[in-house]
Formats: sequence, structure tokens, C-alpha cells
Amino acid sequence: MRFKTATSPHILRETGVGQVMRRVLYAMAPGVAALAWFFGWGVLVNLAIATGVALAAETSMLAARGKPLAVHLGDFSAVVTAWLLAVALPSLAPWWLTVLGVSFAIVVAKHLYGGLGYNPFNPAMIGYVVLLISFPREMSAWPIPHGVGQAHALGLPETLEIVFGGAGRLVPDGLTGATPLDVLRTQLGLGLTVTEIRNSPVFGIVSGSGWEWAALGFLAGGLWLVQTRAADWRIPAGMLGGLATIATVFHLIDPQRYAPPWFHLWSGAAIFGAFFIATDPVTASTTPRGRLIYGAGIGVLVYVIRAFGGYPDGVAFAVLLMNIAAPTIDLYTQPRVFGARRG
Amino acid sequence: MSALFPFHGGLKTVRHKSESNRRPILAGPLPHQLTVPLRQHIGATAKPLVQVGDRVLKGQMIGQADGYISAAVHAPTSGVVTAVESRPVPHPSGLPDLCVAIETDGEERWIERQAVDYRRLHASEVRAVLRNAGVVGLGGAGFPSAVKLNPGGHDGPLDTLILNGAECEPWITCDDRLMRERAAGIVAGLHVMVHLLEPREVLIGIEDDKPEAVAAMVAACAGTGYQVRVAPTRYPSGSVKQLIQLLTGKETPVDGLPVDVGVQCFNVATAYTVHRAIDFGEPVLSRIVTVTGQVAQPGNVEVLLGTPFSALIELCGGYREGVERLIMGGPMMGFALHGDDVPVTKATNCILAAGAGELTPEQPAMPCIRCGACVEVCPAKLLPQQLYWHAHAKEFDKAQDYHLFSCIECGCCSAVCPSHIPLVHFYRYAKNEIWAQEKEKQKAELARQRHQARLERLEREQKEREAKLRQKTPPRPAPAVDAGQLPIETAVARAKPGRVAVSMDEPQPSVAVKADGPERGG
Ligand code: SF4
Ligand code: SF4
Repeated sequence: MRFKTATSPHILRETGVGQVMRRVLYAMAPGVAALAWFFGWGVLVNLAIATGVALAAETSMLAARGKPLAVHLGDFSAVVTAWLLAVALPSLAPWWLTVLGVSFAIVVAKHLYGGLGYNPFNPAMIGYVVLLISFPREMSAWPIPHGVGQAHALGLPETLEIVFGGAGRLVPDGLTGATPLDVLRTQLGLGLTVTEIRNSPVFGIVSGSGWEWAALGFLAGGLWLVQTRAADWRIPAGMLGGLATIATVFHLIDPQRYAPPWFHLWSGAAIFGAFFIATDPVTASTTPRGRLIYGAGIGVLVYVIRAFGGYPDGVAFAVLLMNIAAPTIDLYTQPRVFGARRG
Repeated sequence: MSALFPFHGGLKTVRHKSESNRRPILAGPLPHQLTVPLRQHIGATAKPLVQVGDRVLKGQMIGQADGYISAAVHAPTSGVVTAVESRPVPHPSGLPDLCVAIETDGEERWIERQAVDYRRLHASEVRAVLRNAGVVGLGGAGFPSAVKLNPGGHDGPLDTLILNGAECEPWITCDDRLMRERAAGIVAGLHVMVHLLEPREVLIGIEDDKPEAVAAMVAACAGTGYQVRVAPTRYPSGSVKQLIQLLTGKETPVDGLPVDVGVQCFNVATAYTVHRAIDFGEPVLSRIVTVTGQVAQPGNVEVLLGTPFSALIELCGGYREGVERLIMGGPMMGFALHGDDVPVTKATNCILAAGAGELTPEQPAMPCIRCGACVEVCPAKLLPQQLYWHAHAKEFDKAQDYHLFSCIECGCCSAVCPSHIPLVHFYRYAKNEIWAQEKEKQKAELARQRHQARLERLEREQKEREAKLRQKTPPRPAPAVDAGQLPIETAVARAKPGRVAVSMDEPQPSVAVKADGPERGG
């Protein structure tokens, strides 16, 4: 008998890239649900727009680069990028903002850099930063979360009207407001103390009202990701550890000027970033020790940007900065090979 | 039970042991034709001792070990040599190799066999017996055992002698059955090894999925002081360096051998052949092969070396429907064969007929997403993704910086890679390329050295001639030329480097100026 040959190992592989990426999507579900509860239909509308645009952009780029469509669309990496970005956008963002950000992420940040596996920068964060720099006003217009103040919940038709409203679109007065990190930042700038600021209704039990529940959802999903090994625990551990450490140090120095560590951990994109954004393996460090350092670097940078930089949150910038550092970190954190001399 | 020292990485793989380990070892067929490769081991091909038409007896040496790292090959049964030629052999390269084909006569007429009392012989004589019996590592590598049984090659006493009965690859059960059925023989062989190496302790490592084998070995070792250590099933615990780490906590150095940390390791089946060679005077003529996967009656067969795979498959009831791949060895490290027309060798521990359900459907590999899954499982503690990156880009020096040559090709990284990249394939490719380049470099270096030597010689000769001329010239009043002497001008002209044709020949012994000059072919 004659047989076809192939190289070892000759086994059934159980995981695939598509499966890993789908896990990331599932893991985002609880956090996304919480976001949708507090910030309305817009969250889901963003996700839908982003998914559609990402698939279209991915398809055309794959076709342009002569890659087999079925294999690469099946890896779900474009959808993950789309979701990561969509979740970071204000829930009533105009449709073109999402379209622009996602297209830029997929076309430029991913494919022009060589496609999946070759892009040095996290595509979703590139898309986010491009939008943040180009459209700061649109990017900061987050609705006031459900249950805070007198905001009434928008129905789906109203949401769609606002999202697709065009240039003269109508965002009802009092519907959007500053995010908790915004509030903290501006009011600290006005000389208020952390304790005074914390009394504002935008703050809930630990951090921002509504936001803190989303963080809880992302934490749950993130822990599941780590447990199923779709994400390496070292990155979130490093990032949250780094953020907590530096926040603690400053909080101890001056508790009235620097918010406590738990507030930082639980605010903005910290949890989401730690488990979902920083863990993008392609752009992260790839050695075990390197990943701890990489994560810690992001955590510290997030804090520095929040406390001393020009933006209320810094996850996107911190991730991109550490993306640049990743190859160097890898170089200096190679594990000691089995049988190599110690030290 | 003593403490174990778990190694880094590794995998819980599928087991598939019960398919083949339930039946006792079967006697193999006696085919009409045996094709016995002259290289079934690591090292030089054995020198053929027979010619077409020769009658051979069972156990007669037909190939002589060629050098220290080589092994003898014997006629597995009596018959007539019908060919000494290149034939297909089961080797990863797929290349044919020199074989002795024997038409068997069915009479099984033996050479004269003689047991030896190893306690009375000098160690070197015992090793000679083993060398002449063709004893090599039967775990798959096929390294000549006599070499490893020579303690003279290193200093210091041996701490630990390890017998490897881990059998960590899925599907394979030949060592399991051997330990269950012939534990006493294994221990008898172990006695010989202990006699030669005088280790401080003897450990026998067996994975915990073989309770019957453990029981049999424990019973056979009673009163000997040899300790059976049961290790959790975790691939690749049977890999030498991993097993040593597991049982002793010692890391074999990157560029070193187990003896460097005072350990020597042999497979259980090797110990058994040592026993047969010493206590029965039988050279290695057969081995136990697991035939499993999609065959009607999987099991273990004691097969004459040189038996075609097809005869074994037939003995085990033939193929079932849907065999996709024929593998020699286990699924993790074995290699796929083009056909079943190749002979069993000393390295054939398993023939696995894998069905579609056991294999990953073929599809193009995705790019590496740097997920690091491979890092977690790599027992050599490498960064497989970086190795791949550089091997793929043909940056072989960088791949070496990432310790390419520490890779034991266990396949763990490929097994978990979500991008389904055939990582090990790239590592083998890179290693081969580097070896090829090394060879080229050595050749070039040799050529360069010869060239250099020649230039130096020419220069030296010229100087000598000039010196001679200077000595001779002053006292001479007139440029009278002796009959045997060339005119000076001619000699000088001949010695001019510009006229020297550079050839690659061996450096010549330096000679004084002769009439015909040194520059042959000038
Ligand atoms: S497992 Fe595969 S995809 Fe993941 S880092 Fe290793 S080589 Fe890359
Ligand atoms: S094949 Fe080599 S690189 Fe891959 S896991 Fe095994 S030792 Fe590590």
C-alpha cells in the first residue's frame, strides 16, 4: 500500500486560531451586557457596525493580498479587533466614527503591516488612538449611565436615529456627561480633593457608577479566558499589579491628590485592557517573564498618563508604547534553556 | 516512593495504549525474504561480510561494525544471500540504504551459540561480546550500547544507571509487554550493565499507566537494590534528558551527555538484548514491535529484523478502512512512510496505521500569533515561536542564538500550536541546513588552508633559493655555469610568484632548487 506522508507530530490538534479568537468574543459577553445595560442600545449598535465593517475590510484586504478567504476569515481575528475597538467607543458615537476607526485598524494597522501575526501594534488601539486624536469631542461624549441622574433610557429607534443622524444629529441635552476619570481629572485640576470628588453622583461603590459593573463583567470573562489559557495570566497580572503598585505608592504619599489603587484598578479600561487588550499575543511580549514585565509596564504607564498626562485614561497609549518595547523585552527575557548553566 | 523532580513543559497526550497491550507478545512470521539494512543504528554503516550466493546461518554476522560508533548486523535466520544492494529502508530521509537480502530456508539453523560468564571476563571483553552481538539502544535512537557501557570514557564513578521503561509516546506498548512478560530477562541484562558501570544506584522509570509492568519489574527486582520509580504519564517523560531530570533532578548540560552529570540511561528492551547476548550467545536478530492503529488485531509482535512491514500488518489482520498515514514510531516523534514495503529494523518500535480521526485535517498553516502556547509545553525550555520565526526566515545563526540545537524534536510545540504550524519540521530543516553549511565551510576552510600552505611553501622556497644564490654569487668571479646548474636568471624567473600557478595540491616537502623547479604545471 502507498500512503501520503506528512511531518510529525501525527495527532489531532484540538485548538485553532479561530477557536482562541471565538473564546475572546465569548469572554467579552458579560462585560458587553453590563455596558449595554448601563449605556443603552448604542453599545450593541457599535458592535454590529464594527463587525460588519471589519469583515468587509478584512475580506477586501485578504482578496487584495491574494490570501485564501475561508481560512483567514475563519480565524475571527478581525471580529475580535472590531469588538475591542467598538467597546472602547462612546455608545452614541456617530456611525462614521466606528467605520473610520475599524477600517483604519484593519486596513492600515493590520494588513499594511503584514496581516495577522506580523502587525507590531495592536490594531484596535491604533484605530482608537487615531480617533481620539482626530475627533476628541466625539470620543469623549459618553452617555450618562442608566440610573445616574435623570437620564432616561433611549430605545433602539432613538439610538439608531442618533448614531446615523448625520452632521446635524441630535443628542438630547443632558444625555451625555463626563466619565468618572474625566471628572476626577478636571476636578483635581480645580483643586478639589479625592474625597470631595468621590461624592459626585458619577461615582458608585468603588469607581464610576455603571462602569464598575462592566468592569466586573470583563473581570469574569477575563478570568475565564485565563483559565482556558486563551490568554496568558502573566499579562493581566503584570498590568494590574503594576497599576496597583504605583497607585498605592502615590496614594500613600498624598491620599487627597491621588485616588486609591482600587479606584484605578476598577476605573476606565483597566480591567478590560488587562484581560482583553494587553493580552493580544501578536503585539505583546512572548516570553513568560517578558509578559509580566510587559504587563507591568502597561500598568505603570496607564497610571502615569492618568495622573500626569493629557488624557483621562491611558490604556491605549500605554499598550502601544509597550508594543514598541516588546521585541526588546523579549530579547532580554529569554528563559534559561534546559541544561544551560544557571545565572 | 521517592520524590520525583518534574520537568518543565510536556503534554498530557491521548494514550491509546489499550488497543495493543492486551494481548501477549505474538511470534512474528518467517517471511521468504528478509531485507536486512546494514545501518540500523547511529554511526557508520556496517561493512558487508557476505556476497550474493553465500549461505548464512541464523545469527551469523553479515555486517561488521565499521569503527567505534557502529554496530554489527546479523542474519536473522538461515538462508541464502540474494542481494547486497541499496533498498528502501524506513528512515526519515526516505533515502534507500545498503541492505543484505536473504532468501530464508525455513530451517532456522543457528550458528554455534555460547553463553559467557560476564563476571569472569574483563569488562572490555564483555563489551566486545555486546559489540559483536549488535546491541544498540532499542528505544529508537539505536546508539551502540557498548560505547555507553564503557566507563573509561569519562572520569568519576557513575552515580545513577537509569533503565527507561517510561514509554511515554501514545499507542506504543512494546516495552510495556516486554516488562510484563520478560521482567526477569530485563533484570538479568541490567545485572550485566551494573557490572560494567558500577553505578551507585539503579533506577527504573516507568509511567503510571502501566501498573502490570510496574508490578512485574518490582517483583523481578526484589533483593537486587534496583528501584522502580513510577512517574505520572506526561509526554515526553521517556526522553532521556527529561527522564534523568524526573528521576534524579539533574539537568544534562546543553552540550553535554548524561555521563557528564554521572548518569547513564538505557532502554528496557536494550537490557533484554544484553541478557540474550550474554546469557545465550544470541545476537540481536529480532525485536518487539507494536502494530497498532487501524489494523484489525493490534498487538505486539516479536519480529525478525528485515521482515517487511506488510507481513506484520498481515499478521495483525490487515488494515481497517480509512488508513490515512503509516507511521514508524509513535505519533509524536515517528515519521510517515510512503509504503509498507520497508523492513523492520532495530529502531522500529511501533508501526502505527493512523486513521483520519487521529490526525489533524490538512490545511494551510496560519501565521504565528505569538500566543506562547508552545513555550509553555517545551521541555527544553526554548522559545519555539522565535526559533520558528528565524528558521522560517532562514536566519539560521539567529535560530542558533535561540538554542536550536537544544531542541529534542519532541513535537509538543507543534501539537499545541493553534496556528497548526509544523514547527518541528522547520527545526529539522534548519538543523540540516546548518549542518550542510558547516560541511561546506569545513571544505572551504580545508581548501583555504591548503592554498595558504602552498603559497607559504613557495615563498619559503624562493627565499631559500635566493639565500643560496647570495651565498654562491659573491665568491664567484665570473658567472660561469656548472653543467648541472641553471642560469640564475632562469631560477629567479621561475621563483617569481607571478608565475606560480596556484593549485590545491598537498603542501610539498620543502626542497632545494632543482633543475626542474618546484612549480609543476607552471
Ligand atoms: S504556539 Fe504556534 S502560534 Fe503560538 S506562539 Fe507558538 S508557534 Fe506561534
Ligand atoms: S520540538 Fe523542540 S521546540 Fe518544540 S517543544 Fe520539543 S524541544 Fe521544544
